[in-house]
Amino acid sequence: MLDTNNLDNAKSMSIIVTKGSLDWAYPPFILATTAAAMDVEVTMFFTFYGLPLLKKELNMKFTPLGNPAMEMPMMGGHMAMPNLLSVMPGVGGMAGKMMKNLMAKKGVASIEDLREAAVESDVRMIACQMTLDLFEYSRDDMIDGIELGGAATYIEGALKSDINLFI
Amino acid sequence: MATATLNAEGLNCPLPILKAKKMLKTLNAGDILEISATDPGSAADFAAFCNQTGNELLSSSSEGDIYKFEIKRT
Repeated sequence: MLDTNNLDNAKSMSIIVTKGSLDWAYPPFILATTAAAMDVEVTMFFTFYGLPLLKKELNMKFTPLGNPAMEMPMMGGHMAMPNLLSVMPGVGGMAGKMMKNLMAKKGVASIEDLREAAVESDVRMIACQMTLDLFEYSRDDMIDGIELGGAATYIEGALKSDINLFI
Repeated sequence: MATATLNAEGLNCPLPILKAKKMLKTLNAGDILEISATDPGSAADFAAFCNQTGNELLSSSSEGDIYKFEIKRT
């Protein structure tokens, strides 16, 4: 919520959200909710694989595949996940569960909670109409409080923003 | 003037800030929010938060693993 006595120095930020896996969902939602808490007007534009993050039922996956820098803390050390291991059946699902457990243990918010905080703090969320059509999603699959728009809608907001991010 | 407390211990970034903001909104100007946290990043984050929002950071201290902050709602 915008603080009315801060209106004259109100800042704004936009984020293009292009990825919807569990790990990639965090940076945009953490930055958007924190900026909103700091009285920044925030616009998030969800496009391509970022669009499913607006679905009512979130089903985010996480995979170590193709992520050679990823190491999980394990018994005081760190364990890397070789790609060869990651392609084995069940390993991807197991890694996702491990990641969710680790986050809960370390007091990291869930994406569901962060998204709710974004809605509560009046973050403007735009679903890319073209992506909706392309992947045959329905407006009814998405949460309330979002708007539909395209590139021009985003650009109009971005031109007025102090910070523009592509994640 | 009232004083409110927020226990943000065990919570990680950005939850201490989000919860503090939520509580500050319910307070009146001049009221004080006392926060305790365990996130070592919270010291820098609450300073930045107060700088940007104009709320006054009255104190920032740590005892062992606990970080304490007093914020005055402006």
